[in-house]
Amino acid sequence: MTEEQKLEQFQARIDAEEKIEPKDWMPEEYRKALIRQMSQHAHSEVIGMQPEGNWALRAPTLRAKKILLAKIQDEGGHGLYLYSATETLGIDRDTMIEQLHEGKAKYSSVFNYPTLNWADIGAIGWLVDGAAIVNQISLQRTSFGSYSRAMIRICKEESFHQRQGYEIMTTMMNGTPEQKEMAQDAMNRWWAPALMMFGPPDNDSAHSKQSLKWKIKRESNDVLRQRFIDKTIDQAHFIGLEIPDKNIRFNKETEHWETSPLDWNEFKQVINGNGPCNHQRLNHHIKYHNEGNWVREAALAFAENEMKLETTTN
Amino acid sequence: MDNKQNQLPLWEVFIQGKNGNPHRHAGSIHASDKNMALQNARDIYTRRGEGRSIWVVKSDNIIASTLDEEGEFFDTTDDKVYRHPTFYKVPEGVKNM
Ligand SMILES: [Fe+2]
Ligand SMILES: [Fe+2]
Repeated sequence: MTEEQKLEQFQARIDAEEKIEPKDWMPEEYRKALIRQMSQHAHSEVIGMQPEGNWALRAPTLRAKKILLAKIQDEGGHGLYLYSATETLGIDRDTMIEQLHEGKAKYSSVFNYPTLNWADIGAIGWLVDGAAIVNQISLQRTSFGSYSRAMIRICKEESFHQRQGYEIMTTMMNGTPEQKEMAQDAMNRWWAPALMMFGPPDNDSAHSKQSLKWKIKRESNDVLRQRFIDKTIDQAHFIGLEIPDKNIRFNKETEHWETSPLDWNEFKQVINGNGPCNHQRLNHHIKYHNEGNWVREAALAFAENEMKLETTTN
Repeated sequence: MDNKQNQLPLWEVFIQGKNGNPHRHAGSIHASDKNMALQNARDIYTRRGEGRSIWVVKSDNIIASTLDEEGEFFDTTDDKVYRHPTFYKVPEGVKNM
């Protein structure tokens, strides 16, 4: 079969909604695009543990602390599901970590913002996980089997994340004037970064078109963003939070909320390393990855010894 | 050791959700030995009571067929339609067969 025929057959499988499995033939560009998107997704889950970890020891109650720890542990798990799904494409985990440390692989720019008060934990769960859910539900139907299965598993766990965040916001909005102010302040700072999580507008998104054709992504950035906006504005109003955008307007004809354009310059700045916490996030990851090396070495040495013992006693 | 930073060997994880159900593939994990493999599999894939039994197998030990050879590999079954009940004619009036 010629390369061209293979490509045609591949596209026909995609069009027929078949899932592509790791050992199937696939165009090199498809593999590359998946590795880029999936490893970025995995890194985001893991780096995303840091802004929340910042409050693990300062949670206001034992209940809140236990919930937050369980949520952060889930995010670590999500990272691992995704790394393992990406490894089926023939890249090993060390290489992915290396690419993260060298700045060659990105993670979601939203995690480069600081968590300044307890309400930020509420805002992250409700808005950041909320946005992630909209994206991930859509990705359950991605054409690559390992990715799709990881997304299904992740989606099952996410709705608790969003609800615990919304519960924090609700509690604070029912609290003292200072607590309400903290909640609104967190809302003001996280709204735009959460909307930017869906990526640049469709007309200047570099990889979008081919991704949609290959069904790596199923819906465009703007479609997903709008879905999130429509859900979230009502949830905000329900507990008395204001949207930090003076131009929001419900369009009765389209039945969608309209919002101001986002500051994509800021997005570019942050994704290219100039956000408030980029250095901190990356350095933290590098430091603990390197400091953990002796544990991995010791575990391997122990395993080798065990093997020797087994073979000599048998 | 070809592991640049000791990422530890790769294992595939199979989980039995309920008594009587088959073990199903859940994903993979890294671990240095079988005990760590079982513990990591538990922590990563069964945080909400998704499993009552776990198998872990070193990924190297799994041999998989590929889609490219799907045709010839499975076509030995193509001419054995008599293995399906619909191949047979049951006289009219015979019930519950
Ligand atoms: Fe997650
Ligand atoms: Fe989450």
